[in-house]
Amino acid sequence: MNFVPKMNRRSFVIGTAAAGGGLAIGFDLPFGSKLANAQASTPELGVWVVIKPDDTIVVRIARSEMGQGTITGLAQLVAEELEADWSKVTYEYPTPGQSVARKRPWQSYSTGGSRGIRESHEYVRQGGASARLMLLQAAANQWNVPVGDLKAENSVITGPGGRRATYGQLADAASKLPVPEKPALKDPKSWKIAGKPIKRFGTQDKVTGKQVYGADLKLPNMLNATIKESPVFGGKVKSFDAAKVANMPGVKKVLKVRDTAVAVVADTWWHAKKALDALPVEWDEGPNNKVSSATIAETLKAGLDADQAFVGNQNGDAKAAIASAVKKVEAVYAYPYQNHVCMEPMNATARYTADRCEVWVPTQDGEASFAAVLAASGLPAEKCEVYKLDLGGGFGRRGAFQDYVHQAVLIAKEMPGTPVKLLWSREEDMVQGRYHPVMQCKMVGAFDKDNNLTGLHMRLSGQSILASVRPQVVEADKGRDALTFQGVFQSGEHAFGYTIPNLLVDHAMRNPHVPPGFWRGVNINQNCIFIECFMDELAHAVNQDPLAFRRKLLGSHPRNLAVLNAVAEKIGWGKPAPQGIHRGLAHMKAFNAYVAAAAEVSVTGDKMKVHRIVAATDPTYAVNPAQIDRQVAGSFVYGLSALFYQECTVKDGRIVETNFDTYNSMRIAEMPKVESIIMASGAPGPWGGIGEPTICVAAPAVLNAYFAATGKRIRSFPLKNHNVQIA
Amino acid sequence: MVRLNINGQDHNVDVEPDTPLLWAIRDNVGLTGTKYGCGIAQCGACTVHVDGVATRACSLPASAAVGKKIVTIEGLAQGGVLHKVQKAWIDHEVPQCGYCQCGMIMAVAELLATKPKPTDADIDNTITNICRCGTFQQVRAAIHAAANA
Repeated sequence: MNFVPKMNRRSFVIGTAAAGGGLAIGFDLPFGSKLANAQASTPELGVWVVIKPDDTIVVRIARSEMGQGTITGLAQLVAEELEADWSKVTYEYPTPGQSVARKRPWQSYSTGGSRGIRESHEYVRQGGASARLMLLQAAANQWNVPVGDLKAENSVITGPGGRRATYGQLADAASKLPVPEKPALKDPKSWKIAGKPIKRFGTQDKVTGKQVYGADLKLPNMLNATIKESPVFGGKVKSFDAAKVANMPGVKKVLKVRDTAVAVVADTWWHAKKALDALPVEWDEGPNNKVSSATIAETLKAGLDADQAFVGNQNGDAKAAIASAVKKVEAVYAYPYQNHVCMEPMNATARYTADRCEVWVPTQDGEASFAAVLAASGLPAEKCEVYKLDLGGGFGRRGAFQDYVHQAVLIAKEMPGTPVKLLWSREEDMVQGRYHPVMQCKMVGAFDKDNNLTGLHMRLSGQSILASVRPQVVEADKGRDALTFQGVFQSGEHAFGYTIPNLLVDHAMRNPHVPPGFWRGVNINQNCIFIECFMDELAHAVNQDPLAFRRKLLGSHPRNLAVLNAVAEKIGWGKPAPQGIHRGLAHMKAFNAYVAAAAEVSVTGDKMKVHRIVAATDPTYAVNPAQIDRQVAGSFVYGLSALFYQECTVKDGRIVETNFDTYNSMRIAEMPKVESIIMASGAPGPWGGIGEPTICVAAPAVLNAYFAATGKRIRSFPLKNHNVQIA
Repeated sequence: MVRLNINGQDHNVDVEPDTPLLWAIRDNVGLTGTKYGCGIAQCGACTVHVDGVATRACSLPASAAVGKKIVTIEGLAQGGVLHKVQKAWIDHEVPQCGYCQCGMIMAVAELLATKPKPTDADIDNTITNICRCGTFQQVRAAIHAAANA
């Protein structure tokens, strides 16, 4: 086929944008295929689909890949509507700079809150459908036949009289046609690519060492940097003695970054780290250097009975129901600070000149990275660019927070023209986290004489993430952080899963100086422990079976009930367990998905063995069941590592734990067998997320099983503090 | 300067003798499949073979590897054919983010070299790499599959 390049406006813009980036300055980027480097000659069919003359289909993906499988799932959805030959589908990341230049055609880049697929499925499917309609119309025009006589299937269009053309042959003509708006979408029941356990992109590169993570990036003449921020949050650099390390091997520059950090730039990272470790620094620790975990706990404890609190969920009069209760049950729980500990430490590579600033970064939000580049460089958007790299773990650390991008640009600004890769040490990652917030909770339940639960007061006292990260949102809500109530909120994607006649869920906001962040699952982690362990306490207080007790309160929550019933049935709830095995349950609605877990544990002395987990999830639609299965199984590693091992202790205003030796993470020997049940209900309304919801049921299901085994209720975490070890 | 034999090739590497083997491999030789995760031999992301023994390269001085045969993830495939562990990893779609998997694969390759049919207990005792995505269920299945390949 004689393919004639065409210079339409859309492809020109994207072609030149890419050329103005890595390609034009002669960098031989090892990951070029994943960046949007479409040439001007490559026809674009709408903003999501590029089809090359050789029939290769390139799907544009704005969201980020960090192991959760989003790029594969989104490409499946586009390919489904496109009627593509999946074997010819690949993907690319349009850069944030292109997004700005084209007025955000790919919408949000944010990849947190389990929203990669659930919040973009509709417009990406429409993108695939529009491209299909353009190809059909191009064929109809070419063959002069009604478009209704044509069929698109497997990247080929066929028509009357044996007419046949591949997508690659039609793409150029199709790209000149108008993009149909809001095309009809397929019924998911007829999906052939979406909904199937298709193998994900990129596995071969991950098992051969070829995948280039941010930490692996190499650019010509690149230098390496590492950094140390004030270990006491809010502190500043008082002085540092650069001369002491300036002559150490490989050292190129020793510098202060803002008022709060020191950094060393060297030929290799090891040289930078050795010099930074040897660099004498005196800190002005500021007003927070007396704060400890104990003082923070005291502050939170006072909030449990404070008069002022923000209401997240209320019906009836819980306080009156408690006051007139025949039986009252009360318990106080506490959840610690935790760090994300992505396996790949934070990093970003920046190259700055007075005319241009470019950053290569593993990021959960390319637009947030781009904003950080603008702010740190002081350059306008048209002179900045961000190239996204796949992440070695994200878990919420690499989205809203772009501190490492900001640092990398400030360092690169001191060495114009030289690319600088900033890579944090693990120790820096541990003490400069954006931590899972601390929270205490007082639960009070009220029973009438017939052992009916008449009232429940859930008083949260602790840290608001949004007050620190999005203060304007809190201000607009009159001081309340609604996110605090995830999983127990009055309505919406985190609606409370029970109906209780008199209910009050409120939050006394107490904000220590330790910076909080969005830690995979965010506030459902502690809220699910609080509510689901306490539901167990309530059931036992009235000698009722924990499942039967819950079911009575779940009448108007059929999807919560469905996942709970599913795990109960599969684990064999109500039937005798094997000798020494004890069971526990938990469920929650989170990120619009319904999740439940049933755990089987045995306890010998101070050792708890988690043998088996059954987990059910109803995300409405299951775009790739194989990836869901892996995300669900992995959720128990993340959630149970937190339960058994993980606490960031505060002493003298700083975090004590600096590495995996004191902040452990589960190994394969401790991994329970996880059986996942995917219950894609297809219910009307918004889809649910996958990456986070299941984490929240891990801990309470296991804690309830531990109680069943021992009669002991543990209410503060991690379990290592109670000398309970995972076996 | 130390002389290192990596994946069958000799390299004169311009590092101080106490530089961890990990950083000599990554920054000086330029093979980045061997990952930095903790620097204190806890996580195993930097696992390489030193004379056939799975070794955490972040905590071994480069000088201690002189005269030994070092194999990194880039050298595991032979003659363009993937190692059976790599194949099993692809078949079972083990990696999620993948960052820890090169080290995990190197640890498993040594396990299978010394115990061709490992039991679950052998796996539990030998494979101590950290994976924050939580791929262990697939790791275990893939080890057994590779053992039976």
